[in-house]
Amino acid sequence: MAYDKFTVLKSTAVPLPIENVDTDQIIPARFLKATERKGFGDNLFRDWRYQDDGSPKRDFILNNPLYQGKILVGGRNFGSGSSREHAAWAIYDYGFRCVISSFFADIFKNNSMNVGILPVQVSGEFLEKIFRAIEADPHTELEVDLPSQKLTILATGEHVSFEINAYKKNNLINGYDDIDYLQAMKTEIASFAANSIYSL
Amino acid sequence: MWIFFKNFANTFRIKKISGMPTTLFDKVWDAHVIRHVQDGPDVLFIDRHFIHEVTSPVAFLGLEKRGLKVVYPERTFATADHNTPTQNQHLPVKDPLSANQLQALERNTQRYGISHWGLGNPRNGIVHVIGPENGITQPGMTIVCGDSHTSTHGAFGAVAFGIGTSEIEMVLSSQCIMQPKPKKMRINVDGKLGKAVTPKDVILYIISRLTASGATGYFVEYAGEVFRQMSMEGRMTVCNMSIEMGARGGIIAPDEKTYSYLKGREMAPRGEAWDKALAYWKTLPTDEGAVFDQEYRFDAAEIEPMITFGTNPGMGLGITQSIPAAEGAGSGRSSFQKSLQYMGFQEAEHMLGKKVDFVFIGSCTNGRIEDFRAFASIVKGRKKADHVTAWVVPGSHQVERQIREEGILDILTEAGFELRQPGCSACLAMNDDKIPMGKYAVSTSNRNFEGRQGPGARTMLASPLAAAAAAVTGVVTDPRDLIEE
Repeated sequence: MAYDKFTVLKSTAVPLPIENVDTDQIIPARFLKATERKGFGDNLFRDWRYQDDGSPKRDFILNNPLYQGKILVGGRNFGSGSSREHAAWAIYDYGFRCVISSFFADIFKNNSMNVGILPVQVSGEFLEKIFRAIEADPHTELEVDLPSQKLTILATGEHVSFEINAYKKNNLINGYDDIDYLQAMKTEIASFAANSIYSL
Repeated sequence: MWIFFKNFANTFRIKKISGMPTTLFDKVWDAHVIRHVQDGPDVLFIDRHFIHEVTSPVAFLGLEKRGLKVVYPERTFATADHNTPTQNQHLPVKDPLSANQLQALERNTQRYGISHWGLGNPRNGIVHVIGPENGITQPGMTIVCGDSHTSTHGAFGAVAFGIGTSEIEMVLSSQCIMQPKPKKMRINVDGKLGKAVTPKDVILYIISRLTASGATGYFVEYAGEVFRQMSMEGRMTVCNMSIEMGARGGIIAPDEKTYSYLKGREMAPRGEAWDKALAYWKTLPTDEGAVFDQEYRFDAAEIEPMITFGTNPGMGLGITQSIPAAEGAGSGRSSFQKSLQYMGFQEAEHMLGKKVDFVFIGSCTNGRIEDFRAFASIVKGRKKADHVTAWVVPGSHQVERQIREEGILDILTEAGFELRQPGCSACLAMNDDKIPMGKYAVSTSNRNFEGRQGPGARTMLASPLAAAAAAVTGVVTDPRDLIEE
């Protein structure tokens, strides 16, 4: 599925300073029953966001109109647990394009990049700085510059660089994906498959 | 069916040229790299691909949109497990959304010529139970599935891990995925396990020591006496939960136990092909002197029967111990407190004696025959506690048949337990098997996340022995107290 190209994103951010946010919290299993990729944003953080009767929980950050934006800032080990890509879809569908954390679970990180979300890993200290900046002023803007791999807290000018491999970076900037890349390797793959040890 | 090792000689050549002592993981991964993208991922060829009803439909839609075909349908195997009911499987599935996903799987597999062991098929069951059971899983393979517990198959010396739906689409359309090669970790556990200490306790102990993110970025090889002595079922339990400490996957060197488990299984090689396969498999174990990026050593004697007290699998402790103080969690202090609050537990409380409302035995972690044998060994001659609701769910129809044939069903029935039909069931509660809000469950599954077993459900992860002990006493109980010497 095509996604929006990612170059420079300037936005306010939503802070979620909780560690080990697992994919069951991002999207509970009972909402994985769709056969199409539609409407997952409605159930993003479902059980933290809504009461049993469907009314919003006032104290959850997504229900606080003060905090808006295309960037989600999460605590350490964000996206642990299940491999469900639905978690990344829910985050994208809700409107986030970037998730910042001090540590990401592997599968979630892969899934995010495959659907057009940029995971930005920063140090624990810088993450704290971001949380503090947003706490002090919810309108704090962050700038995520993918081409130069730089994250800046605009109000203070504090910035860090972040890692991403050149291949994935190029994909995100241009809206390319692995499926097309692999299609272009068909002949190479076919000859490998023909010699595969575990042919059937 | 299995043909020949066409590039058998090739594999040996790679090894010879490199000359360096190599790990099991490297041998298998490197043999499947078609291309290394500069400053990017490896293009990895996938030998076997499992799919199920929940994470595959959007991948098939993607194929349709792009006008792509399934290139090697014979390498993909489909089963229905995640949202299937565990009662009355002969009737139409009531939940329309679940039914829709099951039908989509049937339609998609039919359309592209993929084998499908759906509901009612005698080979149906949880994907990570039926793969090994039918000999699909073999040493040296790369195996993926849109499910994080695909790491289970590493018990056979395969490189196996969970993938997302975009990657499912990649495998269907190209038989490859693109991933950076993970780092390597080895976890050695030597010595002898104590009484009632099971493979589940070993892995819960390891995760409690490394934390829920301690192996992120790594592929873990489990080595040492404890794993060498362990049955294939036990090794699967251990590898299964590798993901719960963040590892990409877990792997254990194939040995005589692996080969004798596989021999004669339906999809396993036969005759000359078996001999060739065996010769190759024997070259796979990690060479003496191979280097890992990270290594841990644990002493088997330190491991008690385990139980979790919090909302991630790293929050586990010996069943006789008390809940640690939040202070120890450092920067994670508030998350730790949030977790205890969800569980309704306090710091310094003992786990023994806590009331249990539900017991679940099953899942891809502990839904194999050995797990039900263990469960039955404790409930035999005892009765289920009146206030406990127990869900006993085999991992596959084959396990279900074994339960009947071995007389385990009689023991269960006598003790007041009812056997359900196979599926993932209460592990992720996508079907009706949901633990109610606020209730406590001792569960043999793999995740104690908030709401994992139903909104508001409070999960304590443990072994089949500890689950059985809780089921008959109605409280958290040390299984050692119920086992005679």
